[in-house]
Amino acid sequence: MAFQPYVPPEQLMKDRSEYARKGIARGKSVVAVEYADGLLFLAENPSATLHKVSEIYDRIAFAGAGKYSEFEDLRIAGIRLADLRGYSYGREDVNAKTLANAYSQALSAIFTQQMKPYEVEILVGQVGETPGENELYHVLFDGSVTDEQGYVGIGGRAEDVTDKLQAHYEEGADLAAAVRAAVQALSEVEERTIDAGSIEAAVLDRDRPRRKFRRLEDTEISGILGGS
Amino acid sequence: MRGSGFDDFPEAPFSIGPVIGANPSFADLLRMQRPEAQPHVTAGAAEGFSAHGTTVLGLKFADGIVMAGDRRATEGYAIADDKVEKVFQADDHSTVAIAGAAGQAVEIVKLLQVELEHYEKVQGDKLSLEGKANRLGQLIRQNFPLALQGLVVVPIFGGFDLRKEEGRLFRYDATGGRWEEEDYMSTGSGGRPAKSSLKKLWRPEMSRDEAVQVAVEALRDAAQEDVATGGPDPTRGIYPLVMIVTTAGVEDVSTDEVRRVYEAMIAREQGSGS
Repeated sequence: MAFQPYVPPEQLMKDRSEYARKGIARGKSVVAVEYADGLLFLAENPSATLHKVSEIYDRIAFAGAGKYSEFEDLRIAGIRLADLRGYSYGREDVNAKTLANAYSQALSAIFTQQMKPYEVEILVGQVGETPGENELYHVLFDGSVTDEQGYVGIGGRAEDVTDKLQAHYEEGADLAAAVRAAVQALSEVEERTIDAGSIEAAVLDRDRPRRKFRRLEDTEISGILGGS
Repeated sequence: MRGSGFDDFPEAPFSIGPVIGANPSFADLLRMQRPEAQPHVTAGAAEGFSAHGTTVLGLKFADGIVMAGDRRATEGYAIADDKVEKVFQADDHSTVAIAGAAGQAVEIVKLLQVELEHYEKVQGDKLSLEGKANRLGQLIRQNFPLALQGLVVVPIFGGFDLRKEEGRLFRYDATGGRWEEEDYMSTGSGGRPAKSSLKKLWRPEMSRDEAVQVAVEALRDAAQEDVATGGPDPTRGIYPLVMIVTTAGVEDVSTDEVRRVYEAMIAREQGSGS
């Protein structure tokens, strides 16, 4: 067996982080914004079928940025975990915190043990019965988790987007205002107008019956943006 | 991956191998990871039950289908429960009605509901009605080997086929085999009298209200001929469960409406009899 040259762990982790960051930076950003009736997820996505935002469970949604094949793996693993838990225990026992923890553990293990880290950043959101009970977790490629409040951007230029969102975010705004704020923040970072047709948006709306997840139609988005 | 909570993390979603495409079946996942949570019946436990202690029926009308069932559960000669639900919504555009052991019926319906939703979420697309009907047959065959002997559960499945733009009804036999019915069907111990009523009353292209009326009348006839089928009980406000599936989705017909339909039927019969 050939001897591996010694690489200090600091260097190894640094190289991996850099690799993951570069991969993520190539992709587009996704934003999540809390609004009066729930949570909004919005991204620029030219594809109408390869989604960045999807439903996981009754009150829980998932958004991924970075490498599609990798966050798609995570999305499906999340649906499996949630459905299995909900079936063997109870539907209300499935929550975003458990899911965020599972993602964190899995990504952390991949980061340290696999050949290459996942080039992804994900959001796990859960709509609560009142705005104060919403939960939004941001999980990074190395498994670190942060609990976000109000708004957050992930992906390519996450920090810039989050900064811009800060300027446009209003607590308790309605859906239309939240969509406008999100699009505004993304456009400012990209320094161009984002076409309404290439926006993917979905909400977790607490007023919906059991499955709170709903995708916004193109006509609805262009209606909101046209009216601004 | 240890501690991650994703039981199958290193294998299924993360493997790089010749197998491509995530399996969208929840039932398969459950069998692999939580076999103890699967619905199943042991040979001894099933003997006291018969799939014949009930009446459920389905019929087509102009805009879709109607599914209905009585509310009685029996244990030998005793009435175990008078408010059992035997008609269930499977997803947005389909319903399933089950004759048989009540507990097992609920289990298989719960599994079907999660199976359909799981597929929809993983694939980002809904199953066709044909696909749902096939899947139900497979689930029954897989989980209830005793269904092969005509025991435990015998379902009918009905929904609105959004691609063909019509309501469709499916019947399953003891072997898990599946047939599509053209007009109407009924099963359970009161299935035969209910079918005679349906045969007399059913006409093609009925309206929604007419279809509900026919369903209620057929169930009443079944209850009069069969001890294990519960008839409407006005004193306690128990009426059959009726669901409608059209292009707009599944509608749970209110107890109030079923009561009115039943009362109108009685009034009509008394009027013509005098």
